[in-house]
Amino acid sequence: MREDNAEAVHAMADIIDPQKDKAAKSENWLKPHRIVLLLLAALMVALMAFNMRWDWLPLYWTEMLGGLWVTLALLVSSSILGFAMAVPLGLAQVSGPAPLAWAARGFCTMIRGTPLLLQLWLLYYGLGSLFPQIPWIRGSFIWPYLREAWPYALASLTISFAGYEGEVMRGALAGVPKGELEAARAYGMSRFTVLRRIWLPRAIQRALPTLNGEIVLQLKATPLVATITVIDLYAVISDVRQDTYIIYEPLLFLAFIYLCLTGLLVAGFRYLENRIPTRGV
Amino acid sequence: MIQEDVPASGTTAAPSAERAEVVRVENLHKSFGSLEVLKGISFTAQEGDVIAIIGGSGSGKSTLLRCINMLEHPTAGSVSVHGETIAMKSDGDGGLVPADRRQVQRIRTRLAMVFQSFNLWQHMTLLGNVIEVPVHVLGVPKGEAVERARALLDRVGLSDKEDVYPAFLSGGQQQRAAIARALAIQPEVMLFDEPTSALDPELVGEVLSVIRDLAHERRTMVLVTHEMSFAREVASHIIFLADGEIEEEGQPEAIFDNPKSERLQKFIGSIQ
Repeated sequence: MREDNAEAVHAMADIIDPQKDKAAKSENWLKPHRIVLLLLAALMVALMAFNMRWDWLPLYWTEMLGGLWVTLALLVSSSILGFAMAVPLGLAQVSGPAPLAWAARGFCTMIRGTPLLLQLWLLYYGLGSLFPQIPWIRGSFIWPYLREAWPYALASLTISFAGYEGEVMRGALAGVPKGELEAARAYGMSRFTVLRRIWLPRAIQRALPTLNGEIVLQLKATPLVATITVIDLYAVISDVRQDTYIIYEPLLFLAFIYLCLTGLLVAGFRYLENRIPTRGV
Repeated sequence: MIQEDVPASGTTAAPSAERAEVVRVENLHKSFGSLEVLKGISFTAQEGDVIAIIGGSGSGKSTLLRCINMLEHPTAGSVSVHGETIAMKSDGDGGLVPADRRQVQRIRTRLAMVFQSFNLWQHMTLLGNVIEVPVHVLGVPKGEAVERARALLDRVGLSDKEDVYPAFLSGGQQQRAAIARALAIQPEVMLFDEPTSALDPELVGEVLSVIRDLAHERRTMVLVTHEMSFAREVASHIIFLADGEIEEEGQPEAIFDNPKSERLQKFIGSIQ
């Protein structure tokens, strides 16, 4: 409890005087227990580097880069498309007519209530085996895409993200202070302008910390696509293990990559959040 | 459906040597469910009038003010701004709703409201708050809006705070910024809804002095307030509301020094 308070005071200080806080942070590293822990960590990394097998790394660089690209492409595109769906899903629940609100709530509940793996397989093995039986689909220009696995991966990751974020946006939209929306209306803004200039930006600002967590979760959901033959980073690492019979090292390396990506995401979002300083929220 | 022939337009169209009529409220009723909050209010504000609406809590002061810009929809009656009556239609449930949303939006850009709880947009800096409506509703070029906004922030004593977000300011500073936001649309009428009620006592003065300046400029204002001495000082006309009706109205001196109705006497006795 006390520590919580100290943390909060710290956060305030950060806002008031970043210079001073920076100095305090560098001092923190020099405390004895921190130094010991840092040395232990360095020792572990050194042991891993020298005692484990990493000779496979140079052989698989290109495949791993390709896998990383697929992972990132799926993450970014499914997050953007999913968020684009989440905004209307949230809006419908907060201020839509009753049937729309029910539909949106039903969608979010269904998506959040079933495993992503199941959704992925239902789309890929279910729809994916239905499409070839419909002649006009086989004849159309989208058929070459529908024969691939990645559209199903993208689709299921997208609707999953939309389901979770629809719920997040519902809360964020409902939480924007009524007075600010009233002020917008009182100054003659149309409904659309209120949404575009006040309601949505304000809701997204409030939702950013949650969205950050959700995108990290989304990153860690991407390996599931390996089960429907999409070659993402995880699939490449699985290949490495099968080819070389090396068990732990590729997995450790995989964990390291996901950790780095998560770190980048968190840092990126922290930058976004700090662009609009908030206080007491 | 559109009631353009409400008596209001007939009376205002006549040219006269008098100052132009800016707001006319006629026979305004408002009910929340079975509770009747306003029971037939009529008043007019002419150019340069500073009308102070006073009364006990629950007397309908704020509701009356919010009916002027249709933040609340009256159950019956009409509101006109510069002779243009806001067209209303039945909501099918015994009340009224504006018939033409665009008309209401257009009229609202001529009425600037200052709220009890400031209601600044928290995701924008002060400058952003002040230029928002001119740029995104009125279509003023951004450079021009920024220039004007800086002058207004300077005027309310916040020229050094234009890049600050509202959450980092005191209530008094936020309310002064909200007044700058209101002035930025060059309103024909300013509506103040208890502008100092949410402020710490030591911050009330700075906000009142800004409003006092505006009153001295002969800006048309309708002011709901609990600050009786301030109302007496700046208002040209005082309306005392009790139980949703105008119990008494007149010049400040008459209202405060020589109250006629028993309820007004009681009210003034209770606040002194």
